[in-house]
Amino acid sequence: MSEAIQFLPPRPSVLARRDTIISDLLDLLPPECVVHEARALVPFETDAFISYRRLPLAVVLPKNTAQVAAVMKYCHRAGIPVVPRGAGTSLSGGAIPQEDAIVLGLSRMSRIIELDYANRTATVQAGVTNLSISEAVATDGFFYAPDPSSQLACTIGGNIGMNSGGAHCLKYGVTTNNLLGVKMVLVDGTVIELGGKHLDAAGYDLLGLVCGSEGQLGIVTEATVRLIAKPEGARPVLFGFDTSEEAGSCVADIIGSGIIPVAIEFMDKPAIEICEAFAKAGYPLDVGALLIVEVEGSEAEMDATLASIVEIARRHGVKTVRECQSATEAALIWKGRKSAFGATGRIADYICMDGTVPLGKLSYVLEETSKIVERFGLRVANVFHAGDGNMHPLILFNANDPEEAAKAEEAGNEILKLCVDAGGCLTGEHGVGIEKRDLMRHQYSDAELAQQMTVRAAFDEGWLLNPSKVFPLEGRA
Amino acid sequence: MQTSFTPAQLEDPHVAESEKILRRCVHCGFCTATCPTYVTLGNELDSPRGRIYLIKDMLENDRPADEEVVTHIDRCLSCLSCVTTCPSGVDYMHLVDHARIHIENTYKRPLPDRLIRNLLAAVLPYPARFRAALALAKIARPFAPLLKGIRVLKPLGAMLELAPKSAKRAATVAESDAVPPKAEKRGRVAILSGCAQPVLDPEINVATIRLLTRFGIEIAAPKGEGCCGALVHHMGREEQALTFARRNVDAWMAEVEAGGLDAIIVTTSGCGTTIKDYGHMLRLDPAYAEKAARVSTLAKDITEYLATLDLPKLEAQKLTVAYHSACSLQHGQKITMPPKTLLKTAGFTVRDPAEGHLCCGSAGTYNILQSEISTQLKSRKVKNIEATKPDVIAAGNIGCITQIGSGTEIPILHTVQLLDWAYGGPKPAAISQKR
Repeated sequence: MSEAIQFLPPRPSVLARRDTIISDLLDLLPPECVVHEARALVPFETDAFISYRRLPLAVVLPKNTAQVAAVMKYCHRAGIPVVPRGAGTSLSGGAIPQEDAIVLGLSRMSRIIELDYANRTATVQAGVTNLSISEAVATDGFFYAPDPSSQLACTIGGNIGMNSGGAHCLKYGVTTNNLLGVKMVLVDGTVIELGGKHLDAAGYDLLGLVCGSEGQLGIVTEATVRLIAKPEGARPVLFGFDTSEEAGSCVADIIGSGIIPVAIEFMDKPAIEICEAFAKAGYPLDVGALLIVEVEGSEAEMDATLASIVEIARRHGVKTVRECQSATEAALIWKGRKSAFGATGRIADYICMDGTVPLGKLSYVLEETSKIVERFGLRVANVFHAGDGNMHPLILFNANDPEEAAKAEEAGNEILKLCVDAGGCLTGEHGVGIEKRDLMRHQYSDAELAQQMTVRAAFDEGWLLNPSKVFPLEGRA
Repeated sequence: MQTSFTPAQLEDPHVAESEKILRRCVHCGFCTATCPTYVTLGNELDSPRGRIYLIKDMLENDRPADEEVVTHIDRCLSCLSCVTTCPSGVDYMHLVDHARIHIENTYKRPLPDRLIRNLLAAVLPYPARFRAALALAKIARPFAPLLKGIRVLKPLGAMLELAPKSAKRAATVAESDAVPPKAEKRGRVAILSGCAQPVLDPEINVATIRLLTRFGIEIAAPKGEGCCGALVHHMGREEQALTFARRNVDAWMAEVEAGGLDAIIVTTSGCGTTIKDYGHMLRLDPAYAEKAARVSTLAKDITEYLATLDLPKLEAQKLTVAYHSACSLQHGQKITMPPKTLLKTAGFTVRDPAEGHLCCGSAGTYNILQSEISTQLKSRKVKNIEATKPDVIAAGNIGCITQIGSGTEIPILHTVQLLDWAYGGPKPAAISQKR
């Protein structure tokens, strides 16, 4: 295993008390809620950032907020690190544990508590999957807008931790723009509520602070999110280009003209081939790059928006324009796009970058990305939220070849630095996790990082919550 | 994902295959969301990703199976919902097959578990024994709640509860001679008579024969065919499974050579998935590899075959059918549309219950060996089906029919029974009684 990224060394005092800790946890929770046998811990050693793995001390799977609070109170007193886990789909290693940590999994808290259409809100437990919220309200004509590609599996708690985005966030905003309130367990077991069903709350916007805090400020156990009425109609349209550069500059022009489609997704040739192999969505295989542009509204509205987009695309040499003809076809187009990362497993192992750049730099960064990856002798597939400038180069490698794995990581770091240097940022939606932690200095000055850590310390002075993540290990208070 | 097997380990073709399967997994976690046991239990150890990881750890370390691994692999329904969901194409079916064989070879189960498994393997695949057992079960049925109260006897209790209240008459078809077509001949097929289905509901194959011959299909009667082996295959008893498979391959190939077969029709989709896998199961047996692959190509679910016959469109009738898609059909064989299209063409109104991808909990002997999880899945399934307010439920697998039928008052039939009725056959008794 390549180990360019370090974890905090485990606290010997915690490791030494392992048996006592487990028996204490078994006193706090029913036996089926504590996983502690050595073999049974293995599946919890990593998430979807699978290059790094650490066995946790134990895993707890509480069933309600009171149990979460009991565990936090105990761990706080005993000085035991806690790593929260939703569905374990993090691409930045946000849910990877460490040897002295207890994994606090929210998978058993997966109940929808209340649907309130008068206020257009849903209140759910943190372990509810993103998609199941939209499914629960679909027949009543509503949906929950942020739609990470892993929405089938990822949980709302994880979405809050990483301030997750998704294809449709171009129009509707990311998690923070759709989150109205949370119930959260603080590090010492105190339960607090932030926000509510209203659009704003008195005092500091702590809800905004919690969203994207990567499980370092507390454990969110319930969330109230905004529901949105489904549009009259929605139509994804495929635009094929000869080159990635043409497609990239077309995106910048669409947004620059003032049009905000619901989604503009980008796939280069390798990505198109990968997704087509899984979804058989009918993506054009004879183009160099593809944009999936979704427009929505009434028929007339969609036609008008689409006409303007087609006109812009023509100026950028669009080769094929294909409107999808049925709901089944539309579903397949999105299924293919949303399964892109997993489907990449058909041809290679990969790590997925998450840099975000100003749209004017999209073509430049795409070109430079290819050069970087080529320099390392590797291949890349690009599939990402182009309308947001949120890039996802998938660097392909062979995980059984340690040298190649190390090269992939180095190439990834260079790409992320490139994004920052182009005026963008390290992460658009996947979070810093451990993956991008050591690059934070490239993005922020020491003073800026120190300020963030000061805020963090107000919630968790002893670095117990997800401690190996987000902030570089050196220079911590 | 990364794997670490030694070259010596990889010399074992089973390990080599599993290594290839594991390499495809990128640990994305999509599979957890559609796994019935993860959805029910909320523990990653009871999800495909968790099991893949447990299997990987066990195989890489060349370790005998232990209680922890066995518990979580045993809870897998083999519904293969994860295979439908998996974007990377991880062949979970063959991975878990390998794990089950490894468990069977390296783990000594507690005595009660061993006894019940031996009993199932010795009775279910043999129609005469199964029929006799059901007669006994009828007498013992009142003791089911008592048995279910004792932990080690719970499977026996579950088994008794599943036994039909009234024994069906033995089929006269399975052992009979070939049946000629009733219209101009369009093809010739064999129909798997199988093991449990002709005992539990002989009417299914009788309806199949009526329907097929009416449309010009000749029914061949291969000699010596029987249980497909799925039942013991899913218990990891590979030698016994392969013996069943070889016997069936011989029976069908003799028929292929004698009169030719256009298809081997399977009306129990659980068996269909296994027969379609004979080519893989016997790939390492030089004497059978080729023949088994041929049999797998010929094997067709009844609805898959009927879809090729272009049955005439019938006028709409006032009967709403909730179509329950058996896991072995939708996930195992990837057959989703043909049964519904056939029912619609035959004039029925077809409803898709919510959460159609989730297993009903039948899963071969699962409802006997894992009755608690199975019962939870059954309630969830029945609730979703009843919400569509159907007049009748249709399914393509006897296991699902028995399982769902034990949880609802709505009549449940095999898809082919409704089709046979629509195209001129007698009205199924289950509907006549209810309406």
